[in-house]
Amino acid sequence: MVTSPNSVTSEIQSTSLPKSWAPPPFIKNPILRWGLMLGLVLYLYLSVGMLEVNWTRIYEGLDRGAKFVFGFMNPNFAGRWSDISEGIIESLMMTVTSTVIGIAISIPIGFGAASNLAPLPIYLFCRAIIALSRSFQEIIVAILFVAIFGFGPLAGVLTLSFASIGFLSKLLAEDIESMDKSQAEAVKATGSPWWQWINYGVQPQIMPRLIGLSLYRLDINFRESAVVGLVGAGGIGATLNTAFDRYEYDTAAAILILIIGIVMLSEYISGYIRAGVQ
Amino acid sequence: MTEALSSTPKVWQHRNRNQQLLSWFLWLTGTAIFMYCWQMISESTTWFFVWDAPRIAADIGSRMIPPRWSYISELLEPLWDTINIATIGTMLAILMAVPVAFLAARNTTPSTKFVRPIALLIIVSSRSINSLIWALLLVSIIGPGVVAGIVAISLRSIGFISKLLYEAIEEIDKDQVEAISATGASGLQKLIYGIFPQILPAFAGISVFRWDINIRESTVLGYVGAGGIGLQLNASLNVLAWPQVTLILILILLTVIFSEWVSAKVRHAII
Repeated sequence: MVTSPNSVTSEIQSTSLPKSWAPPPFIKNPILRWGLMLGLVLYLYLSVGMLEVNWTRIYEGLDRGAKFVFGFMNPNFAGRWSDISEGIIESLMMTVTSTVIGIAISIPIGFGAASNLAPLPIYLFCRAIIALSRSFQEIIVAILFVAIFGFGPLAGVLTLSFASIGFLSKLLAEDIESMDKSQAEAVKATGSPWWQWINYGVQPQIMPRLIGLSLYRLDINFRESAVVGLVGAGGIGATLNTAFDRYEYDTAAAILILIIGIVMLSEYISGYIRAGVQ
Repeated sequence: MTEALSSTPKVWQHRNRNQQLLSWFLWLTGTAIFMYCWQMISESTTWFFVWDAPRIAADIGSRMIPPRWSYISELLEPLWDTINIATIGTMLAILMAVPVAFLAARNTTPSTKFVRPIALLIIVSSRSINSLIWALLLVSIIGPGVVAGIVAISLRSIGFISKLLYEAIEEIDKDQVEAISATGASGLQKLIYGIFPQILPAFAGISVFRWDINIRESTVLGYVGAGGIGLQLNASLNVLAWPQVTLILILILLTVIFSEWVSAKVRHAII
């Protein structure tokens, strides 16, 4: 039942108070609300009904699942340490390189994609690059780059740089679009040429955000660098894949724990730096 | 003041000397690290293949066009699977993420010393590991198929949903909860009438946003055998059927655009 304030007051006036109260619904339009619910039920019926679940296979798998959990309790770092350390170091190097390249390319594209700085043709061109980079998953790009540039970390670095461009440029452009105009205008009023206007009027305003975003992207690139290895683009992913293929869950668990640890550490450090910058 | 007036005017500088030195030092270190990393990567690269890349790219490009449109009949079912993986996976994730979020939020957790760190650990582990790696793990545990994909997506999404949700819970207006508890409400009633209505818009927005991300991620899960359109992508790549790859990429692009449109619409309606 929908109870509007009017109906409540009128009910108070007509002697009896309402005995029960229900919170107002989240979606006010009843047709939309019930329609969405009906659609949800219908969708669940169709999708879950078509799901083919092989229960015996899952039951057999429980054994292996337990083994994995056990592996997590007793990770085996020593067994394949040389492979693991090599992969992790390569992942870290890919992360650094791709983030630096990504930032270097995305700054000009970010400026180009800000509607208050760039002329329309440049704006559209830069927005198209951003859309292209954001639409495809890293792994698809990695597959194509491995086919083109050959196996190895270079394909991974290019993939991550490409993915960073979409992320950094888009957020940077949004930040530039919402900047304080009067500061930039004040610099322009001194008769400064275009590059001084950008450097002294715009850049100081977006710098804290740019640093924050770059650190965040560094995090993401490390996590993604673990994945592009699955298709042969270098990094820890290849080692991880081999460990799973050979059912060496203790080694796989060791790698996953290392990844989680490094991500936690870098999140902590970047939070510290961001707090200092902003 | 007098000193400034008497001496010759100094050229304006953004930073003082120590800051300047520090910033130069940081730039130098950063550049050195980058150059070292680049050198290492360059050493493990076969540059012959890279110089050959434009020719290869042109070759692949010419093979990719035109797309093999007739292949679409075999892609509709995997596409349906892909959407199901994302949607059911998101729903399962929400079921698991809501309790974790309440355990992780400072103002609702039963104990900040014991329960909260565990909840935060769950969030970090789920967020650090890509859905593709979850899928790899689940395929090796419960076998290839759509179920592995659904579980992978949901495990991956827990961290994201919980993190944003617990931040929303920590930002709620305390007065409303206090007003409810002043009526003599129990803990559960406080939760339902005091906290839920305040986080509902954020919750709906987060869920739809994650669903949008999950649609993107589920398109590639098939690559490791977890069902969906990625399975066809892998198969087509293995036999070098580039016209089919083109069609799959176009289909993925359309799905992603569609899901982004839906999520933008819904979030717009909520906020």
